[in-house]
Amino acid sequence: MRIQRILKVGATLALAASMTACGSIEPWVKPYERDRLADPIMFLDAHPVSTAYLYHVYEAREGARGGEGTAGGGCGCN
Amino acid sequence: MKQRLLRLCAAALLAHSGWASAGVLPDDRTDVMYHLYEGDGVQIDGPSLLVRKKVGKSVSVVSNYYVDMVSSASIDVVTTASPYTEERTQWSLGMDYLRGNTTMTANYTSSVESDFDATTYSFGVSQDMFGDLTTLSLSYSYGDDVVGRSDDPDFSRDNTRQQYGVGLTQIITRNLITSLNFETITDEGFLNNPYRSVRYADPNNPVGYSFEPELYPNTRTTNALGIRARYFLPWRAAIQGEYRGFTDTWGITSHTGSMTYVQPWKDWTFELTYRVHEQTGADFFQDLFSRAEATNFRARDKELSPLTSNTVKMMATYEFLTEGWSFIDRGSVTLSYDHLMIDYEEFRDLRSGAVVGEEPLFSLEANVIQLFFSFWY
Repeated sequence: MRIQRILKVGATLALAASMTACGSIEPWVKPYERDRLADPIMFLDAHPVSTAYLYHVYEAREGARGGEGTAGGGCGCN
Repeated sequence: MKQRLLRLCAAALLAHSGWASAGVLPDDRTDVMYHLYEGDGVQIDGPSLLVRKKVGKSVSVVSNYYVDMVSSASIDVVTTASPYTEERTQWSLGMDYLRGNTTMTANYTSSVESDFDATTYSFGVSQDMFGDLTTLSLSYSYGDDVVGRSDDPDFSRDNTRQQYGVGLTQIITRNLITSLNFETITDEGFLNNPYRSVRYADPNNPVGYSFEPELYPNTRTTNALGIRARYFLPWRAAIQGEYRGFTDTWGITSHTGSMTYVQPWKDWTFELTYRVHEQTGADFFQDLFSRAEATNFRARDKELSPLTSNTVKMMATYEFLTEGWSFIDRGSVTLSYDHLMIDYEEFRDLRSGAVVGEEPLFSLEANVIQLFFSFWY
């Protein structure tokens, strides 16, 4: 009984929190304010072929990998 | 009572799912690239072709064909082996499936060369949230490698590799976008290069040292955390900062940082990047071991040495067909030049013939050139 009550209160609080969040996490950058972000100079990866190639070069020449995208398999590293 | 609780939970979930607007698939595009790496007696060049096309409204298919043609007389090769030529061919096929705010991806990659085959299966899911200000992504890939030797057709060793990634892309303001990526990769199997050797002091050899095959642990786990931020400047330019921290179970710790400036001008876009990478060496790396089989594991791969790497990059893109032509919406041509300078802090240049263990430290300079055409349709 006690557990059910805790679950009920918890679920009610979760619903209340989510509804509150709905109000407070309204997008603070409106769709009509995203013209600069849509400019190609703001793309995080504008040239995917080039990026993948350079990650492969760095993986072959350095001891670190990952955390910045994925590189292809294979070695070609001598 | 349980049903009421379930209804409350369902209502909470529905309230969440109603916020975001629909996600988008990547643009249809084709890239045709020629790449060239040249430095330390190594030349690697070849083509890369990427084609991406939507199929219907919710599926995008992508394929990539990539070739490395290698001609190598690197310091490793000239001091312990013979120059060689090699070709590596890589194919990949992938698919993105968009449903509401969720994008699911699957990818298959196959890489083949005469003595190394690699197959990778990748899966990912990403979710746009909070009015598309936030994208959360999860990824997993499984790789299966077969390592051979060109001088021994019976030599065959296996590797498996698993990658787990989580990423968050966040729009902070109308001028600032950031991303955070964490990635863990585990390897198990034959992880060393079958051709490479380590050097050990040998008084019986007139030069004072001899070589024996290197021997790596057969497991490795790496962790990397990457952060990047891109900011729109008031005069229509962009600046990007990037950092990656890395550790692994072989004792390597590294820090990598870069800054990029992007400046458009008429139909041109110019990019300038400076990147620096510093790492400690693997626990079992030594340039000169005291004797044969001195330690359980041993390596003299220069990539496992402590090192500092600096790169300067210049890139220029020219846009054409801006009004479109036939089924093509627009096109661009890009020329990119990277100059790498790597200073090794424990790996020595044996070609000098100096006193054993006191040879000058090795350094490497390399040029990387990419020329590619991109078309959107």
